Order: sequence, then C-alpha cells, then structure tokens
Amino acid sequence: MSSTTELLKGAAELFPGEVVTQAHVRHLDLPFGAGRFALITLDNGLDHTKPTTFGPQSLANLNAAIDQVEKEAADGAVTGVGITGKPFIFAVGADLKGVELLGRHEDALAIGKGGHDVFRRLSGLAVPTFAYYNGAAMGGGVEVGLHCTYRTVSKALPAFSLPEVFLGLVPGWGGCVLLPNLIGADRAVSVIIENSLNQNRQLKGKQVFELGIADALFEGADFLEQSLIWTANVLKGSVTPQRAEIDRGDAWDQAVARGKAVADSKVHGAAPAAYRALDIIAAAKDGDLSAGFDAEDQALADLIMGGELRSGIYAFNLVQKRAKRPAGAPDKSLARPVTKVGVVGAGLMASQLALLFLRRLEVPVVLTDIDQERVDKGVGYVHAEIEKLLGKGRINQDKANRLKGLVSGVLDKAEGFADADFIIEAVFEEIGVKQQVFAEVEAVAPAHAILATNTSSLSVTEMASKLKNPERVVGFHFFNPVAILPLLEIVRGEQTDDASLATAFGVAKKLKKTAVLVKDAPAFVVNRILTRFMGEIQNVIDEGTPVEVAERAVEPLGLPMSPLVLLELVGPAIGLHVSETLNRAFPERFTVSENLAAVVKAGKRGFYVYDSGAPVLDPEVAALLKQGDTVLTEEQVRDRVLDAVAQEIGLMLDEGVVAEAQDIDLCLITGAGWPFHLGGITPYLDREGVSQRVNGKPFLERGVASVPA
Amino acid sequence: MPRTIRDVVFVDGVRTPFGKAGPKGVYHETRADDLVVKAIRELLRRNPDLDPKKIDEVAIAATTQIGDQGLTLGRTAGILAGLPQSVPGYSIDRMCAGALTAVTSTAGSIAFGAYDVVVAGGVEHMGRHPMGEGVDPNPRFVSEKLVDESALFMGMTAENLHDRYPTITKERADAYAVRSQEKAAKAYANGKIQQDLVPVSVRRTNAEAGETGWGLVTADEPMRPGTTMESLANLKTPFRAHGRVTAGNAAGLNDGATASLIAAEDVARELGLPVKMRLVSYAFAGVEPEVMGYGPIPATEKALAQAGLAIGDIGLFEINEAFAVQVLAFLEHYGIADDDARVNQYGGAIAYGHPLASSGVRLMTQLARQFEEQPEVRYGLTTMCVGFGMGATVIWENPHFNADGGDK
Repeated sequence: MSSTTELLKGAAELFPGEVVTQAHVRHLDLPFGAGRFALITLDNGLDHTKPTTFGPQSLANLNAAIDQVEKEAADGAVTGVGITGKPFIFAVGADLKGVELLGRHEDALAIGKGGHDVFRRLSGLAVPTFAYYNGAAMGGGVEVGLHCTYRTVSKALPAFSLPEVFLGLVPGWGGCVLLPNLIGADRAVSVIIENSLNQNRQLKGKQVFELGIADALFEGADFLEQSLIWTANVLKGSVTPQRAEIDRGDAWDQAVARGKAVADSKVHGAAPAAYRALDIIAAAKDGDLSAGFDAEDQALADLIMGGELRSGIYAFNLVQKRAKRPAGAPDKSLARPVTKVGVVGAGLMASQLALLFLRRLEVPVVLTDIDQERVDKGVGYVHAEIEKLLGKGRINQDKANRLKGLVSGVLDKAEGFADADFIIEAVFEEIGVKQQVFAEVEAVAPAHAILATNTSSLSVTEMASKLKNPERVVGFHFFNPVAILPLLEIVRGEQTDDASLATAFGVAKKLKKTAVLVKDAPAFVVNRILTRFMGEIQNVIDEGTPVEVAERAVEPLGLPMSPLVLLELVGPAIGLHVSETLNRAFPERFTVSENLAAVVKAGKRGFYVYDSGAPVLDPEVAALLKQGDTVLTEEQVRDRVLDAVAQEIGLMLDEGVVAEAQDIDLCLITGAGWPFHLGGITPYLDREGVSQRVNGKPFLERGVASVPA
Repeated sequence: MPRTIRDVVFVDGVRTPFGKAGPKGVYHETRADDLVVKAIRELLRRNPDLDPKKIDEVAIAATTQIGDQGLTLGRTAGILAGLPQSVPGYSIDRMCAGALTAVTSTAGSIAFGAYDVVVAGGVEHMGRHPMGEGVDPNPRFVSEKLVDESALFMGMTAENLHDRYPTITKERADAYAVRSQEKAAKAYANGKIQQDLVPVSVRRTNAEAGETGWGLVTADEPMRPGTTMESLANLKTPFRAHGRVTAGNAAGLNDGATASLIAAEDVARELGLPVKMRLVSYAFAGVEPEVMGYGPIPATEKALAQAGLAIGDIGLFEINEAFAVQVLAFLEHYGIADDDARVNQYGGAIAYGHPLASSGVRLMTQLARQFEEQPEVRYGLTTMCVGFGMGATVIWENPHFNADGGDK
C-alpha cells in the first residue's frame, strides 16, 4: 500500500486547501449474533450544507481506515465492513477545486489511480463489504459504494448521480466499468450518459433501488438500523440479495449505440466526455475490471488536461456560485418589500409573467389592458395554467384556490395599481407606447413602486426619461419560455437608484431566476450576441455560401440547435426586428439581411419543412433567397462567425455592458442554453485562439477556465 | 346512550436499549424524538397486521417537555415515524410514571369506547434534559412548608424512606442491587430482553467519548454484570453524609424510549393482534412528597381493592427500581421476601437504567414476557414511585393463564 500512500501524499501537496474528509472507523455488534462489524463513516466535520468530498488527503484517510479494517477482516476480528456518510450526505465525489488546480497529465493520472487504488480495496477484503447510501451520493461517492459487495439505499435520498459527463469527465473511479457490470449496459448508459446530459438529472433513492444499483431500500427514519439488520441477515445467510442477469450480448452493444445517439443529440460530437465514457462502457463488456480501470485513469487524465472539462467546471461554478451572488447588485438590505404586483398588458407574455409572479411571490397580481376582452383572456390563461398544475398534482386544491384568488384583471390602472409595489409592462415593443404606459402608471401608482420593463431591445433610460421619478425604472428582461429559461437580465438605466435595483434583484431571487446586472445598452447581452452570431451566418448565406454549409459550419460548437432552427424558434419577424434595432445602434457591425426581410415579408414562420422527419430547406424559402457568388468553406464560415462573436463580446466588455466576461458566459448558458463544454463561449474563444486573433488577448486569465500554468 | 365497558389489552411493547446520560453516553448526540420514532416504527414493523390508519391516538410521555422532548411529542413523533397524518397524538407528564400514565389514560379511553388501538410510550433523554431543567417551583412550597425541601431531590427522598423503614439497611439495599444485576445478566444470557429491543444507530463526533462515526446500540449501556457487595460497599452516599443511597443501589441517569400498542380486546382479536396482557385495574395515589418512594404501597392498595384481589393473588411483580429501598419498602410492607422469585425476575432499573418517563412500558413489556412463560400465573402487577410523592400501579391478567398449570 505504500505506493498508494506516496501517490496520495504527492497529490495532497498540490492541493493545500482541501476540505478534508475523515474516515472514522467504529465497531459495533450486529443484531442476531451476526458478529462484530466495522463501520466507516465519511465525514468532513461540517454540516450538511457542506457535503463530504474526496480530495487526496481524504482518500489517504479512507486508505488508512481500510488498512485497519483489512487487518481486522484478515484476523477474523470482524465479520463485515460497512461504509456510510454523515447525516443527509453520503459523499458527493471528487473535490472539483482540487481538479481545477491540476496542471500536469501525470498529476491528473495520479488522482485517478489514487482513487481506484483506495476504492478497489473494498472489493478485496476477507469479508463482505456494504455501502449504505444514506444521503446525497454523486460521482466518487457513488463509486466508492460500487466497489462494495452489497449496497442499501435510503428512500429519503434526494440526489444520486454520476455527473462527470455533465461536467466534462468520465466516472473514473470505477463507475464506467462497475456500473454496467452491476446493472447492465443499458441502465448504466441511462445513468452515466443520459441523466448527465439532461441537465445533470438526479435519481432518488427508490430509483437507485429499482435500477438494481442497491440491493435493498429502507425508509429514512431508521435507514441505518434497518441496513445493519439486513447486513446481519445477509451475513447469516437468511437473506440472499437477488440481482438480475446481465445481458452481455447484443443488448450491450445496442446500449452503447443508444448512448452515442443521446450524446450526438446533446453535444453533437463537440465534447469528448460522453464518448470516452461510452468507449469504456463498451470495453467493459468482457468484465475485465483492471483493464477498465486503467482506461478510466487514462480518460480521466486526458479529460482533466483538456479544455472542455475546465470550461465545464467554470460553467458549473458560474451557475452554482456566481448566479447566487450577482456581480454589481446593490446591498440587499436596500430592497423594498413587494406585496402586490401589477402587469401592464394581458397578452401571452404578460400572462406568463403574471403566472410566474403569482406562483413565486404568492402576492396579489393585477393585469390591465385596453379592453375587457383582453383582460379576461389574460386572467383566463392564468386560471387555466393553475388548473393544469392542479391536474398534474403539482399544487393542491388549497394552493390553487389561493393562487386563483390572488390574480385579477381590471381596465382601470388607478384601481389596479394604487397599492402595487412592483409594476411590470409587457406591451408593444415601441418606445412611444412604453413611455405613454409608464406615464399613465406613474400617475396612479404609489411613489415607491418599481416600474419594470420587459423590453428586449429598447433603451430603459429613454423609457424613463419623461417620468417624474425615473430612478425607479428598471429593465427586467426575461427569456422565452419564461417558465424554463433561468436568465433575467436586470438593466440599470442611467437614473435607476440603488434601492430600486436592490428591489429588482430581490424579486428576481424570489422568482428563482439567475439575475445578471446589465448596462442599458442596445439589446443588452444575449440578444446582442445571438444577433451578431446569426447576422454573420446570414451574411455568408446572403453572400453566396449554401445554407447547409453555413449551418454545418457551427455544428462543432455543439449548440442546442442550428442557427436557422433557433431563428425559427424566436420567429423570423422578431429576429428581423432586433437586427434592425442593433443595425441602427451599430450599423458598422450589424446588418439587416434582405433575404430575412423577404422571408418575413412572405409571411414564412420558418426556413425548414419537416415532412420527411428531418429538416429540409423549404422550397418556397429557397426560391426567395437572393445569394451572391462568394462561397466559403465551413471552416471559413466558422472563423468569420467566431471572430464576430469575439469582437462583439470584446466591445461589450469595453463598454461595460456587464462587469466581467463571466457574466457574458452566465447569460449565454442560462439565457440561450449554450453548453457547459464551451463554458458559455469565452473559454472556448480563448481555447481556440479566437480571442487572441481578434482582440489581441484572451478574455479570461489562464487557470480560470483552462489548465493552469 | 348505552355504553359497554370494553376489555383493554397490552398487545406489544418495545423499547430502545437504555443509555447512560452524559457526554460519553451512547445517545449523547441522538435526539430524544428520534428515540421515540425508532420505538414506534419497530412496534409497527412487529405488528404488520395492524393498518397504521387504525391507530386512534399516540400518547407519548416525557418529564421535561422542552426542545426535542417538546412540541407535542405524541403528534410530532407520529409524523416523523411515518404514521398517516390522520393519526393524532399528544404528550403526557407524570414524571417517572409518564409512559405508565400514557397506557392507563388511553386504556381508559379505549374502555370508554373513544379509541380502538393506540400507541402509548415515553421517552427521557436525561443527558440532553437533566432532571429539573428549567423548573421554577412555586416559592410557597417552601414558605408555607407544603413540602419538605428534600422532596425535589429524589435521592434525598430515598434516604427519607430508609428512615421510615429502619430495618432496611444499606447492606440490604446493596444485596438487592447485586441480585438485580445478576438477574438482568441472566435474562440477557437467556435472550429474554433483546427480543423487545430495537437497535438504534448513533453518531459520535467526540473522540473523547470513544470511536467516532456511526455505531449501533443493541444492548443496555448501564448494566454492570459482576457487581458484588464489595464493589458497592465503598460507594459514596451523595444525598446524605453516612447515608445509605448510592449510585450502586439506585437507578442511574439514563436515556431511552419505549412504546406499546394498547387495544380493545375485541379489536385486537378481530385484527389478529397478539394479546399479551389484559388490563384488570390501575390506580394512582399521593403520599408525602419527601417519601416519594412509599407511593407504590397506597397505589397498589387502591388497585387491588378495585380489582377485588389481595396481594396474595399477584403471581408476578414488576417494580421499578428507582431505588432499592423503594422496592424493599414495598416488599416489607406486604411481607414479601427481598429475594422472592415473583419479583423482578429479569432484574430491574438498577441494572437496565431508568429514563424517567419511559420506564412504565419497560415494566409491562417484561411482565408480558413472564406471563408467556408462566401460564400458571393469573395476575401480575407493574408499579412505580413517582416524583412529588406519588405511586402508580397497574394490575394485569395473564391471557395465557391455564389453571391446570398452576394454583390460581
């Protein structure tokens, strides 16, 4: 074992800030005279808000604990060995902070090997080993249990996953090899690939049992007691865990093929982790664990030294940490309470906003519009959505009654808004109309009320300019679908004061949105970048590059959808409108595509027809296109598009649209669904040398979203 | 409306192993309500024929009803144990006789027809809630001499009881304690106790108290097998200089919980639940608070009178050993020998411990086991002394009674 000790000692020196997990060994007498038992408790000594992780010193501690129980097992002093976690937490895997610090391939390899060397000892003791998944288990936490002979799981376990692929890694401490050999390749693919790539979907305790990962399921109230009683029964032979036979034939290959299809549909080949994991799963078919573990070590080290993982961890930290503490937000103590919300307009967007405010704030929400029919329709929409929630069992009847009672609609703004604290408008996107609406609202609303606008491209400052109290106007820009996309761009107008801004951030938090502070600049963040990106695609098409070449050019990015499909989703008319706005602001960089204008004019709502299942360019659209004769290659297109995006982001940072490049990336991840493996976009632009080429410098310092120096 | 008094039976009882109170005790980092929850869940697991929806009440006793012993424990422990929300619950306090009172109160309601099946039990985590925590005795107790000052200190009341029975010497008390430890050790060796214990997982983070991490408590921590007269002889008498009461001839300060299922006999039979004991009568009595340990005598007198029985009809006794002197006073009063085989066959609280409000159900669970083994016995009783000068007695009939097997 000394080699493992040395290995971990070396690794620990690279990570002085590790939150160290202890592996306590305690002995107990099993019921029914089943003998003396050694139970290892993984515990970092902190409460459940700081989950237990594995860094090198933690692994060394576990290794030392296993030294002790291995000897006891060999001496016959114990009849079994168990491992469990502190209250509510089993273990949530490798400490990502330590992974971020790794700068050399051999150090990354050491971490993989170190974990394997320690964990696999649990399968080689002279007595059976048992993992008791008492609480959250992720990554290496799941894997340490997979090395045990048996597992039990708590019904109260809220989250269980192998999230490595989601971040840009493979489950590299045995997960890729052991899981398919335990539950079959197809189920393993679901856990390792599918769940990971579905926004890191978590399993609950019951599912862990149903998938066959755990041999027994017990309720949370006396989980450990029942697990130990079960252990006693297993050791005495009165209970024999049943496991399903694993299909090592074609089903295995089909499962891997299914995994590839899932990965293709999610990352389009652009991120390596899922494919590396699938290669290992495929090879694990022969049940050769040692070869599989070696492959895991290699994959882990390669991925740790690759940009996608660094981008993934960077992105993870953005949405987990930066999103909770918005950069530049004023002190939250300045925020005023919001006890009633007004919504100007009762159209679809306004109704969706009303529903969101209602559900999250649970305060009265009043809709107004220009005629009773529209008002009734808006309230009717909200009521219908509440009924749907009730029907799905997401809320109970009392809650449905409460929510329905809170929403109302009136024609008279004075009646509706006289005691509202927060009034948001979602009326027609035209500055004159919006100024008029705010003037009317200001005349009837309390002096402290926030006036928020959901504008996507108009100037918040201009909108406020004619008011008596312009300091209370805030941009509150949601992304469609409002209920799903987390991003909320909060726009500070030139006169917006801190109290109003703090109130807006407070409301955003209650709405459970990721709020990013944005300067009042044309189209703010996401729409500006997407429009520049789309505009450049449109430009090359207009100049003569075939549509399919332009579309394919950006496939290697692994975006959630192709540019034209995105434009279909947004709506060509809206896309055109935003491009016109930005063209007015920055005519030298933003063009208005005549072809797009023609498509809109022809009343087309998209570019493709899907009659055959796959998208085919609509012949009617094709007939409208007037293209030049400059035909670019995919690579040329990609360079042009990425150069444009890098330039635009560079200018936005110079203008101070957001505080840092991190906010740009947070916006793109949470507002446009841009993938983790790009880190939003700036880590990718840095990695590919685009930033250097265009702006003469990278966006992020080395080590922020890349391998440190 | 015509009413029929119904027979009430003890269906089943379980408990956690008892622990020593204090920083080194096994339950030091375990919540009191969790102890109750484990006991209730074990009770339900052992009686799968009982649909939890049919439980009409959860009555849980605790002496110090604050913190994790507060918040209407019967209700909150029911929810935590996973009982349906439709099952109500409440808390009870009669100090040491808490669980016993939980049984009798709900039994009375069953007889009356208000309930069919109930959970009754108790808990005391004396480590987290030392005796007297947060109490605020009315100053009139002292100023008007309503009680003697010693009434609040149970050890002193035990010394006072020695005064009342001068023939009960320290040696007799110590000899009784030695026998209690011996009987308890024998009961353990014969597996009499473990069958009604629910193992409890316990966490320890303080290395000074022993191995850290999760452990499992499967046996009573306070037991001291091998206790001898010699080992008891020189223990301190903390309640009175040159006194008689020591840590060796009294129950300690303990943590633990108990739970029992009590039902109408007809309902138990209909549901196929076991009938381990049939309730005959119960009574509580008050005595001078400063000789609290005398309480079981008048309480037993009342219970016997209600049942129309004489002390000679009682074939088995489960007397709570808060103090050896209190058992000996009872035996002396009734002319029963200190080592009578009918008394505390498995030993008592001196060995197992006495987590105040939980103990009543321990006595019943043990008596129920003895009834099973001894069908020749028809009647048994459980009795205990209670702080502030009370006694509590329940008389039970053995449903396994077979006249051919014995003389009653």
